Amino acid sequence: MPFGRFAALAMIGLAMSALPARAQNQTDARVDIAYLALAVKRVVPLSYLDQPPADDGLQGARLALADNVTTGKFIHQDYHLEEAIEPDPAAVIDHFKQLVGQGYRNFVTDLPADLLLKVADLPEAKDATLLNATATDDRLRGADCRAGVLHMLPSRAMLADALMQYLTIKKWQRILLVSGQTDDDKAYAEAMRRSAKKFQIRIVEDKPWTFVPGARRTDTGHFQIEAEVARFTQGISYDVLVVADEEDNFGDDLSYRMTDPRPVAGTQGLVPTSWARPFEQWGATQLQNRFLKQAGRWMTERDFGAWMAVRAFGEAATRGNTTDPIAMGRFMHGDEFELAAFKGARLTFRPWDGQLRQPVLLADARSLVSVSPQPGFEHQFSELDTLGYDQPETTCHMH
Amino acid sequence: MPYALMVLATVLLLAVPARAEQILVSNEKDNTITVLDGESLKTIKTVPVGARPRGIVLSKDGKSLYICASDADHIEVLDLATYEVKRVLPSGPDPELFTLSPDGKLLYVSNENDNMVSVLNIAEGRIDTEIPVGVEPEGMGVSPDGKVLVNTSETTSMAHFIDTTTHEVIANVLVDSRPRIAEWTRDGSKVWVSSEVGGSVAIIDAAQHKVIQKIRFDIPGVPKESIQPVGVALTEDGKTAFVALGPANRVAVVDAQSYKVEKYLLVGQRVWHLAFSGDGKKLYTTNGVSNDVSVIDVPDLKVTKSVPVGQAPWGVVVAP
Repeated sequence: MPFGRFAALAMIGLAMSALPARAQNQTDARVDIAYLALAVKRVVPLSYLDQPPADDGLQGARLALADNVTTGKFIHQDYHLEEAIEPDPAAVIDHFKQLVGQGYRNFVTDLPADLLLKVADLPEAKDATLLNATATDDRLRGADCRAGVLHMLPSRAMLADALMQYLTIKKWQRILLVSGQTDDDKAYAEAMRRSAKKFQIRIVEDKPWTFVPGARRTDTGHFQIEAEVARFTQGISYDVLVVADEEDNFGDDLSYRMTDPRPVAGTQGLVPTSWARPFEQWGATQLQNRFLKQAGRWMTERDFGAWMAVRAFGEAATRGNTTDPIAMGRFMHGDEFELAAFKGARLTFRPWDGQLRQPVLLADARSLVSVSPQPGFEHQFSELDTLGYDQPETTCHMH
Repeated sequence: MPYALMVLATVLLLAVPARAEQILVSNEKDNTITVLDGESLKTIKTVPVGARPRGIVLSKDGKSLYICASDADHIEVLDLATYEVKRVLPSGPDPELFTLSPDGKLLYVSNENDNMVSVLNIAEGRIDTEIPVGVEPEGMGVSPDGKVLVNTSETTSMAHFIDTTTHEVIANVLVDSRPRIAEWTRDGSKVWVSSEVGGSVAIIDAAQHKVIQKIRFDIPGVPKESIQPVGVALTEDGKTAFVALGPANRVAVVDAQSYKVEKYLLVGQRVWHLAFSGDGKKLYTTNGVSNDVSVIDVPDLKVTKSVPVGQAPWGVVVAP
């Protein structure tokens, strides 16, 4: 081999091991990520205190972009986030097609399940990676799973298992299940039923909540609510009331008003979630602080899902040492991918359904109560797989 | 020096009663420094300091302790004779960890919230320079000759090599997720970097800026997700390394030549930082969840004692 060639090879070797100190913009490889969202008019929640932010989710994506950009500076990578937020499903689909036409393949989605599936099934989505940042539907990880779609937030099954594990170690084994009327509430309640069976928790009564108060926040409206909740829970013997009310329509009205004094858990009270305001372990304080500083409000679970999604693209590009979207997608599905997301453990995707493995927090409004999996729930491969659908029981057959 | 004077000096030195060393521990949650007597392991004093004390470093003369008061956004200087905070130094926002230049004149501070390393001139009480680094800078280690500073950034997951003369980043080495500590070998040839979430320790060749070895840990009966390496301490002879494994509640003993893990020592809960006694025969660990310090007998490789300290003990330093 001529010496010159050898020297050149050696130099490449060196350059690869010692990443160049400072990037020059004109030579940076660019990673384009699109944030594809349907702007949903969120229902005003029961509590006046927590109004849904207009930029829920998006702020998390922006923060992760800033994190990616800082990292990318050191290794000749630049990142761009295209914010594609549309008011109706047809516009979302059009915008998606348009972005694919422009070369976008990395998508973070904030879409309801049906629309996400429509997008994923478009011929334009063939080479795209869709990171579902906000939808928790089990069917997206089950019968309706798609090869190009990965899921950042814990599924409802994982949330339910996280709660039931905790109830098991507390020996609170009899629950009253109260579910709202929306499809999401029904899906949440169904996840609780499945999980209760799995952990041998007894649902002593399974009741729908149908009461519509006239005007609970008007003067003396509270008398009516208290009387209704007392009547609703009378004569039932249970340890915990588990509520399924994803839109915050009535769940906050249950505590302190039932006939017997019992704690509330589920969508209100003790909530299984991937992010909560009181959470400060494993360096989470840093993310809480950075988010507050950027957005001027607290980080929500949707923000956290979007943060993880944009960071996942960043990790795929940095660790996979590529900015090619197809290679990045492959890297995320592989064994080497890991995401650090302030949960102590490294997070990886389950190959059988594209779900991100992760610990689940149990928190109320003011304190972190626990983090599941609970000690003692063991698994052959990863304790994190005691939450949600494990490989032998998956109904996902990727296509 | 005239002979008589030398004798006098020796006599004087001998005459001063030998004070036992002090073990200093920062308690993140109750905003105090616990001072333990190195011999009796009794608490001599609990000193209230600024909010959220984390990183602590001894001054070159051993008479003061520098404290990162993270939530107070400054550095405090604790006089170890009087146990009073005698000075407050600027640090940049959210100082977490820092390291002292070998000449004792500068503190290199990681500012976790704004992706900077601040260079603090101690005598002047002034920040001379800020160096942009990755997201959530944490670990800081300066080479024995003082020429190169290594900073780790937790979310970027890199070890940044910084020239201390020009303050330029000269190399960036990708390591496993959430790197916490950068510890130089005494000969300045290598840097050990622990990755908390990645669960590994990378050995970086300091001249080539290249990871030459990666140490992983496997403890029977402990879920691999709980193995989260943070503190790293190398013995004076360079033959043995101790690695604190966080919520695995163990300190790994590593042969620093073959990089093989020899033993795991069970200590308190969520073990983070480590410090040797002056003679190198004992190793102290801070255990953030059990609120204590474990004492490891280094020649015997046995845990001999646990000593209660404040809430969420974080950093530990031994003062002569």
